[in-house]
Parts: sequence; structure tokens; C-alpha cells
Amino acid sequence: MISGASETQHDTIPKLLLRNGDIYGSRPAFREKDLGIWQTWTWSQVLEEVRALAIGLQNLGLSRGDTVAIIGDNRPYLYWAFTAAQSLGAIPVPLYQDSVADEMAYVLEHAEVSFAVVEDQEQADKVMSIVERLPRLKKLIYGDPRGLEDYDPADLHALRDVQRTGREALAADPGLGKAWLDTIAAGKASDVSVMLYTSGTTGRPKGVMLTHANVVVSGANANKFDHFTPDDSMIAYLPMAWVGDHIFSYGQAFAGGLTVACPESPETATEDRREIGPSYFFAPPRVFENMLTQIMVRMEDAGATKKALFQYFLGVARRAGEKVLDGKPVPLGDRLLYGLGDILVYGPLRNRMGFSNLRVAYTAGEAIGPELFSFFRALGINLKQLYGQTEASVFITLQPDGEVYPETVGKPGPDVEIKIEEGSGEVLFKSPGVFLKYFKNDEATASTKTPDGWVRTGDAGFIDANGHLRIIDRAKDVGRLNDGSVFAPKYVENRLKFYPEVKEAVVFGQGRDFATAFINIDLVSVGNWAERNNVIYASYQELAGHPEVLKMVERRVDDLNRSLASEPLVAGSQIRRFLILHKELDADDGELTRTQKVRRGFIADRYAPLIKALYDGSRIASISVEVTFEDGRKGRIEGEMAIIDMETYPAAAPAIKEAAE
Amino acid sequence: MSTDTSMPLAPVATREVGVGTAAARSGARSGMLQNAARAERPRVSRVGDVLLAVENVSLSFGGVRAISDVSFDIRKGEIRAIIGPNGAGKTSMLNVINGFYHPQQGAITFKGEKRREMRPYFAATSGISRTFQNVALFKGMSTLDNMMAGRTLKMKRGLLWQALRWGPAEEEEMRHREVVERLIDFLEIQHIRKQPVGKLPYGLQKRVELGRALAMEPELLLLDEPMAGMNLEEKEDMSRFIITVNQHLGTTIALIEHDMGVVMDLSDRVVVLEYGRKIADGTPDEVKRDPKVIDAYLGVSH
Repeated sequence: MISGASETQHDTIPKLLLRNGDIYGSRPAFREKDLGIWQTWTWSQVLEEVRALAIGLQNLGLSRGDTVAIIGDNRPYLYWAFTAAQSLGAIPVPLYQDSVADEMAYVLEHAEVSFAVVEDQEQADKVMSIVERLPRLKKLIYGDPRGLEDYDPADLHALRDVQRTGREALAADPGLGKAWLDTIAAGKASDVSVMLYTSGTTGRPKGVMLTHANVVVSGANANKFDHFTPDDSMIAYLPMAWVGDHIFSYGQAFAGGLTVACPESPETATEDRREIGPSYFFAPPRVFENMLTQIMVRMEDAGATKKALFQYFLGVARRAGEKVLDGKPVPLGDRLLYGLGDILVYGPLRNRMGFSNLRVAYTAGEAIGPELFSFFRALGINLKQLYGQTEASVFITLQPDGEVYPETVGKPGPDVEIKIEEGSGEVLFKSPGVFLKYFKNDEATASTKTPDGWVRTGDAGFIDANGHLRIIDRAKDVGRLNDGSVFAPKYVENRLKFYPEVKEAVVFGQGRDFATAFINIDLVSVGNWAERNNVIYASYQELAGHPEVLKMVERRVDDLNRSLASEPLVAGSQIRRFLILHKELDADDGELTRTQKVRRGFIADRYAPLIKALYDGSRIASISVEVTFEDGRKGRIEGEMAIIDMETYPAAAPAIKEAAE
Repeated sequence: MSTDTSMPLAPVATREVGVGTAAARSGARSGMLQNAARAERPRVSRVGDVLLAVENVSLSFGGVRAISDVSFDIRKGEIRAIIGPNGAGKTSMLNVINGFYHPQQGAITFKGEKRREMRPYFAATSGISRTFQNVALFKGMSTLDNMMAGRTLKMKRGLLWQALRWGPAEEEEMRHREVVERLIDFLEIQHIRKQPVGKLPYGLQKRVELGRALAMEPELLLLDEPMAGMNLEEKEDMSRFIITVNQHLGTTIALIEHDMGVVMDLSDRVVVLEYGRKIADGTPDEVKRDPKVIDAYLGVSH
């Protein structure tokens, strides 16, 4: 755990607020753009705002142990509502602001909320539409009064009015302020600070209870890991109900006195980021993907000179950028060129994305394509990956500066221990961020937390030769081949999908002798290739069956097999045989979910003859399947597909792998 | 919060609305917060005296008679719809009201004063602003600049001051900018504040146009098919804005609209034109039942 007097003294969020008001009093704490102008609150102003709100809430009857729902976009006053509730010993419960009322009802009911602090009329209406299901709800407090003036005010209060009554009470009775400080002093690190409901892909959401120690220590450790100081700033634009935002924009900000900027509206977040120029930034991979697409689209429209300049220096960046970033040796010529490129291309690009002041950016949540990842790093953006979950107060592993490998999620964070369970390959961890328990769900707590204090992540992975963790799949999805070696279909599919030619892949092998794959080519990328190489085709099916396309994909699969061979755990999952499907997998045909995830079982049934052909040694497979057209009519597509045999490589010992890198 | 965001939207009067919030739609409820639904107050309290009267107006272009002998009035604080089949003279009627056309016969009385022939410019200074059937914005200018253009009539500093910018002109611009920024906030168009409007989707352009009309702080707002070409969500948004403008700014609104659902939900009174003549006038319910209106819209069997 942590040491040092300051941390042990300031072991809860409200205590940190008092400290920040004291030592960072005149430094900016929160910013928000309002009417087109950035407004700033210093830490001492935030302290005053929170105190007024807390006393006002106390007057309305909020007391220790109550739960307070917080619903809205990232707004400074909603963050203050967290602290105000916590200062009274109440427990904030943030909800996803875009949930519909019915989805909110479960969490509000389960968390037994007695107060709700909401952003505006939209959220207030949602809560009021389900109010009969919430017998414990006493008060509803809203930030933006627009549209709410006409509502009967009996149990509805404007946040500003609550603060005003708080200020008036404080002015009338100075003892209140003292009593408030005493309440804060009575708070313990082991008290529950927040309940975060995990969205959960299966079953009902679970309320993860985090203590003050979880949030404060995780925040402080993360600040230490990346050397954040009160000069650092970030933009809070991801849902407040998500643990990441809670730890980054709240835990880390309070622990380290960082500045948090809230965008004017969700739509303006990108523009606002450019204006703020944060030094710390988090985004899921798709955000980076969109940025890359936008840059590429705009470069396509640029003049010839600009385009040539961009292409040339992008080449330089690919060659030297990551090495420069990691402080590795780079030939002098490249270093000079990179410096020139930084002035002409990379700097302006970073500015365009709002990354001019960026020191650290993280991505997590899903696998990020290595090319995408390297693109940003080559431009001099210190993009890193981390691996975490709500139950860990985010941080399990992070990539340290200078040790960034695209396929891994990094090393255990400060004070974090991880181990891989024998057999299942499941990753377990111990850390200062380990959650207390699930609210009113001891059964789930018991199945997640082992008696000796380890937490099951539910993910399977392994630790590679560099001591970095690699996640391969959800533990329950990891299977076995007949020879007992690990078969990780999603891992292999994701790796295949990182190749631009591959749009979708389905890998089979559970309970079989070897792994095989169905592949969908990417019509955009392969079509582009066809155009450039004068390959004429009339349909997806024709292009998918083109011998040159087959060869191209074969090279990719071979590349993948070589790479898998270097990873001892998954070496058995190398693709022995594959075919390119004659039609694109489509949600209309039930082959994908509406969120574009592969429905493996359904596909296995539907294409059973193809799977049979993959395993019986035939060179050609044929099938006829029913398809649904966009207008709902049905038809059949028949096809003959060549099956390609691939070479597999012996699993390499870890030492050789290092040499290969 | 450091600024009072609700200032220009001070409540004037309230009423039950058809389009709008979940709370307004759901009926009786139990438990806490049960009285939180919108307070229902009689409509009469909101609607005041006659603001604008159209008396026996006829308008022709050469031999074409666009409007023949039409009379109706618009009361202060109401939402007044003008409907009718294509070519019924609705837009001509709006053009007469805002002074763009001058009728050959009849009279327009606005705020108790009989209107003489004048330029639309003067109609604007007298407190009438409008939006157009085909969005009429400055396509190359940003949303912000378009809306600032709506404040032009309220800017008092002359060209010299404006050119200098520094000093009083700057102070004036900041004041107007604040009004516009509040409208941007109200219309939820912050994200397109600096974008050229020509590039925006149609629904947003309509919203900007409404913003520009509102920037004039009109007493009477004329909307020519504010929801044409919009999808359902955009229509709901626009309805919400129209209701809020009417309720909270107390602006009187006259609108032409073809979506009958919207018209019947939004308006207090509806006037129906056909071939330039008034065939019905009354509350939405009265108009809906009027056989002449049904014939005009559905045709008559022969």
C-alpha cells in the first residue's frame, strides 16, 4: 500500500478537497464552456461550491448512508454533487445518462436511491416517469432549469437554490461549517465512496462498491505512474457512470489537483478538446479510429504539395517516430528529418486533434489495431494501452513509457499483483483498488473474489517474455483443441481483422484437431486494390473467389501463423485450413448481432457443410444458403470455395521470440 | 454556476402542451413527486388582445388573384396556424402580414396602427420577424454570424464605430453576442456555432434560421413551413422550440405548416385558406370537424 503522511491524512475524497482548497487554492480545478466562454473554478471556489451544496442537501434531509443518483453529461456541478454527498457520508451512484427510463429504473431501485441529482429536464422527466417504482426517492435536484420552471416545485429543487439555502444557512449559523468539517473528518478510508453499476453483457447490472481508499489510492498511484502534477489537465467527456471517468476525472483529479475541463455539449467535445489542449487524454479505440479516418479523408482533399509532404513525412514517422518517442537510437538523418516533419506535419496534425500539450494518452476497452496504434505513436503522441475493470478501480496493467508493445496491455500497475490461473488461463489480480463487494449480491461477490483476496477478471491471458500481460479472450470463450492446447477464437479473429483485407473472420477448432477459419474480405480495401490492379469484378462473390485475392489473404494468414507461433500459449491456434466465404456475413441473415459481433454457433450450423469440408481434407467446398435482401425478400446464394492449406510453425520458446522482435 | 442561463427565457405564462415532455403526457401518478407534472392553467390567461388584424384583404398579381377578401386576427401570445392546400395563398398571406406585399384592398392593423405601404425593413423594426419556406440564410457565413445578422437592427453604433470596433462598438457587440449565445444554448446548436451554414443538414439550417429570427426579439414571429423536409425527431425538436419560445418569451407565432398532427397539437387557432379565400377559422377541433375543410383536403365526390 501507500506510505507518507499526506496520503494517510487525506484518505477520502472530501479530505482531499479540503487539502486542495488549502494548497492549490488559486489553481484551476474545473473548467466548463458556457455561452461559448470557458469558465474556470479554482480549488478554493470548488470547495465553497461543494460546501454550499452539501449544507443545502443536508437541509433537505440527506444523511449518512443514503444513496444519491447522479445523472447527466459531464458537468462540474455534477462532480461537485459527488463530493457534497460524500462529505455527508452519503454514497453517490452515477447512471448512464443515455439510458432510457426503464433501464434506469432497475439501478435506481436496486441502489435504493433517496436523492437524485440530474442535469436537466430530459433526465428529470425520465426519473419522474418511473417515480412510482422508487418509493424511497425523496428529492429530485436539477442543474439546468430550462423547461422545469412550470413543474410543481414540492420535491423538485434547482441545484442553484439548494446551494443558496446552503449559503444562507452557513451565514446564519457559522457552527454549520465547523460541523461539516467534523463530518468530513469522521469519514474513513474504508467507507464506501461510490457505487458504479457495471453495464454487464449478461444479466442484470451489478453495483460495484468502491471505498475511498480504492479511489484515492488508485488515483494517486496512477498520478505517480505517469508523473502527473497540478499543471496537468484533461477533458471529461466519457460517461460519469463509467469507472474510467470516475477514476481519471475525479479520483486522479482530486488526488493530484489536476484540472478537469467539461465540454459545452457532447457534440462539441472534439472542438473543446482543441481549445483546451489537455495533457492527459483517454479514449476507446474507435475514437482514435475516427480521428485517423478524418485525417485521411481531409488529406485526400488536400492539394498535391500538401499531400506529397504528408505522405513523405508519414513515411519518416513510420520509420523513426516510435523510436524517437521511446528514446531509442535513431540514425542522425532520420532524426533530423523527423524534427523537420514535426514542424511541418506532425505538430500541426497534433494541434488539429487537440494534442499539442498531450503528455499521456490511454486507450482500452477493446483491442486496438497495431497499425492504428502505431500511427498515433509515430506522430509523437504518447498513446499507451491499459487493462482494467470496474472491480479494480480501473488499473490492473499499464504500459510504462518506453515499453510499449502494441499486442500487450502492459505491466501491473503500482502495488498491483497479477497471476494466471493454471488450466483456465484466467487472469487474477490483487491491488489497492480491489472493490469492497457487489451491492446486495453476495453470491456474485463470492464467485469473483477468492477467499485469499484475488479477484477474477473473467479474461484469459498470459504474461509474455517481457513481463507484459496479453489478454486473449474472455476466459469462458477460450476452448481446447483435441491435443489439449489452448484455442482462443476471438483472439485469432481479432488478429485477422487487423489486416486491412480482412473484414470479418470466424475461427473454428473447439474439440477438433486443428483450427480453421472462414474469412470475409473487406470490399473497400480489396476493391481498392482491384481498381488499382485492373482486376474486373461484378460482385463480392467474384472478387472473393479471385485467385490473386486468395493469394493475398493466404500471405496474411501465413503471417498470422508465424506470429502466433511466437506466442507459446496460443501457438496451437494457428490456422491450418481456411476459405473465403462467398457472401458477407450480415446481421439481416442472423450471422452477426446488430452490434456486428459474430454469432459463432449460428454460423457453425448454417455453414455446416463448409466446416465439414474444412476438416475432411477436400480442396473445394460448395454450399447454397438463403439470404435476406435489404427489402426483406429472400433469395439463395450458391457458391464454390477453394480451401487453402496453410503451413503451421512450431511453437517458439520465449527466448527466440525476443530475438524476433 | 456562474451565469444565469435562464434569463431571456423568463416564464410568461404556462399551458398544457400536446407535444413535449414525458411528464406532460403521462397522466396521474402516485408516490413522491407526484405533483411534478406541468401545472394546467386555462389558455385564456396566456392569450391577450388582438395583436394583428387582417381585414378584407385582397391581393392580386396582374390577373391572378392570390387572396380574396380574407379577414382574421392574431391575438397576443397565441400560436396561430394558417393552413390550406397548395396554392391557397398561405405564403402570400405571410408576405402581406410582414409588409413585403401591399394588398390592393383591405387593411392590416398591427398593434392598433393601420399599416401603410412600407418596406419589409420597417416591418422588421416594428417587431415582426420571419423564417422562409426555402431556408434563406447567408450560406457562406457561420451560424454565429447569421444570428448576429439578426441583431443588426438593434445595433446603434454607426459604421465608423463599427470599423474602429474598439470601445463602445465592442461593448455593444459583446452585449448582442450574449443574447445570441443564449439563443445558441437554447436551440442546442453550440456544436455548429462556427460552421458555415451552407454545409449544415437541412434540419439544422432551419434551426439556425429560427435562431436568426429570434435574435430580433420579435413580438410576432412568422414561420413559413418550419418543419418541411424534417424527420420525426427534428420535428419534435422544432415543436419543442416553438412551444418554449411561445411560452417563455411570450412571442406570438403565426405559422404555415402542412403536417396536420403538428398543426393541431401546436396551435391555439387555425385559419384555413383555399384558392385565396378563407373557408374556416377556429380552434383545431372546430376546424377538423368542418365539412368544408374536409372537402378541401380530401376532395369532394361528384
